[in-house]
Amino acid sequence: MDERELEALRKSKEGYEYGFADEAEYGVTPVKGLSEAVVNQIADIKGEPAWMREFRLSSLKVFQAMPEVAWGPDISPLNLDDIYYYLKPKGYYAHSWEEVPERIKRTFERLGIPEAEQKFLAGVEAQYDSEAVYGRLKGRWEKQGVIFETTDQAVKRHPELLREYFATVVKPDDNRFAALNSAVWSGGSFVYIPPGVRVEIPLQAYFRINARSMGQFERTLIIADEGSFVHYVEGCTAPVYSTESLHSGVIEIVVKRGARVRYSTVQNWSTDIYNLVTQRATTHEDATMEWVDGNLGSKTTMKYPAVVMVGRGARGEVLSISFAGSGQHQDAGAKLIHLAPDTTGRITSKSISVADGRSSYRGLVRVLPGAHGCKAHVECDALLMNPQSRTDTYPYIDVNEPDAEVSHEARVSRVSEEQLFYLMSRGIKRTEAVSLVVSGFIQPITKELPLEYAVELNRLIQLEMEESVG
Amino acid sequence: MPMLEVDNLYAGTEEVTILHGVSLAIDAGEVHALMGPNASGKSTLAKALAGDPGIVVKSGAMRFLGEDLSALTPDERARLGLFLSFQYPPEVPGVTIASFIRTALHELTGEETPVLSYYGQLQEKLKQLELPDGFGARELHVGFSGGEKKRSETLQLAVFAPKLAILDEPDSGLDIDALRIVAESVNAMRSPERAFLIITHYQRILNYIAPDRVHVMVDGRIVHRGGPQLAKELEERGYDWVKREFAGKPSQSEDSQTG
Repeated sequence: MDERELEALRKSKEGYEYGFADEAEYGVTPVKGLSEAVVNQIADIKGEPAWMREFRLSSLKVFQAMPEVAWGPDISPLNLDDIYYYLKPKGYYAHSWEEVPERIKRTFERLGIPEAEQKFLAGVEAQYDSEAVYGRLKGRWEKQGVIFETTDQAVKRHPELLREYFATVVKPDDNRFAALNSAVWSGGSFVYIPPGVRVEIPLQAYFRINARSMGQFERTLIIADEGSFVHYVEGCTAPVYSTESLHSGVIEIVVKRGARVRYSTVQNWSTDIYNLVTQRATTHEDATMEWVDGNLGSKTTMKYPAVVMVGRGARGEVLSISFAGSGQHQDAGAKLIHLAPDTTGRITSKSISVADGRSSYRGLVRVLPGAHGCKAHVECDALLMNPQSRTDTYPYIDVNEPDAEVSHEARVSRVSEEQLFYLMSRGIKRTEAVSLVVSGFIQPITKELPLEYAVELNRLIQLEMEESVG
Repeated sequence: MPMLEVDNLYAGTEEVTILHGVSLAIDAGEVHALMGPNASGKSTLAKALAGDPGIVVKSGAMRFLGEDLSALTPDERARLGLFLSFQYPPEVPGVTIASFIRTALHELTGEETPVLSYYGQLQEKLKQLELPDGFGARELHVGFSGGEKKRSETLQLAVFAPKLAILDEPDSGLDIDALRIVAESVNAMRSPERAFLIITHYQRILNYIAPDRVHVMVDGRIVHRGGPQLAKELEERGYDWVKREFAGKPSQSEDSQTG
């Protein structure tokens, strides 16, 4: 650890990053890599109850026993011994504004993000006052009995809910990175919606500013009790710059009888990050889960939002969009697991590959014995922008009931010269014509996003096009 | 100086030359018809003028408002005031007609039209063209019939109000009512500042839009020119007599007239 980092650490006395503000001041020299000592340290810092500490330690053992992921994109350059696994006091992030890549600064400018937010997103400044906006809404939610806090807070304030649901949807042994997250998780949101409550305004935990503080290993748990509704929005379209190389979150959602949850996320990690995320929901009788998933940044993303339909008549929908620019590999998709009769699922995946970018659709539809009358439809469209762009489709279909209706459609298209000439003949410049075709291509997904996200996403893709296509 | 001047143009694909020395001059305020049998090169001329990247200009010149068109990209030509109504406009999924036209209008005029006044204008044009209110919300040409595509092109013509409109087969696939609507729209736009080049195989649309000049193209050459009566003559006698009399002969000078 160099002088600058130490200095930053000393400056951080005022408190900790969002999500840890109520934790004790903690002065310790950070070490890289993963060990029992590091995991214990995290539990110490957070002042966690014994059960959570035990959970972390047992997850660590699971992680250590699990073999490396043998399928999917190449993540071998990722060195797990070269990462700080525990939360860092806020000042610790303070690399200087000058160190933030020009390209990211340009994107901030283009998106019209205020300077204070830019610095926050770039990790130059650790604090951003979001309480003014956030506090008012919070009051409204609380009146409805909605719980919305960081998962760290929830461990202390709502242990009964946590102990009942935490890690029940995504168990530590689910996959290697779920195990890793279980051992070292920090941050993320905890949401509980009481029975019959409809939250009309989307819960926007991390619009822009909070994305920065989401951390590398966030853990989100959402419980929608019977007949409730919530739209949870997370992430941001602005690039999130970080000096760390791994983001590995876990999102768990429980959708009880007749409830509906929509979880929308747009993430734009800087292009040196491995983004390996596990997102899964369990849907009970007549419940609906919708994932709207946008993946823009990162070096490599592996992300397959899943819906496990355990109750009769449950529904699952995944709308996924990914953008693979130069040097990026987006391995995104979805999983639909039909465990109960009359369950229906739908996957719509759209990907755009630019320059030598590579996007893959990897999806699973599984209908288990006894799940009669299920329907699932998968549609994946890939758009290739350049001759060297690449796309692959890996659809896994495993149907164990003969009356299931499962269909899969896949298309690969290119922006045609004919389309571009047409648009240009109407006075539209070539790069804008390309953007228009691309925004039309993703429109089935963007129309499902909150307006500000849709607008930013389109602007961002326009920018990416200009950078990549020229 | 004519608004559009095509001078001894040779053009085609990389491999094949389709236009063999085409010359044409259109003044502001005029309506010209370019007629000819199928595959005579009429659409190639339209594409060359609009800047289709699939068409290669081999020699000759195209000048619009004094500017050398070959030096301009298709969007620059459009911003100068040149408009091509496509025979087969392509589909652009996910982009609505309304948002596309607004984007184009912004590019053409350099001005941002306020949303409300824009939609007001659009509704008015839709009404004039007897198009349903929901037309603007449809995805650009996706699942359109031939007739609907022509209407989309006509709508754009009306909104963009170009200086020179090249209409490539605006009549093909239209029933008589639709044809009347398209023709009325063109007639309403005729003005001393605006010119039209109407490309057509049949004389039919010229019953509604009276041309000032008629050019006949055969095998990539303009072989005959005349006034409005030439169109009627072609309708009655077909193209064979033109081919017999003129094909292979050098393009006639601008002042030669028939009938």
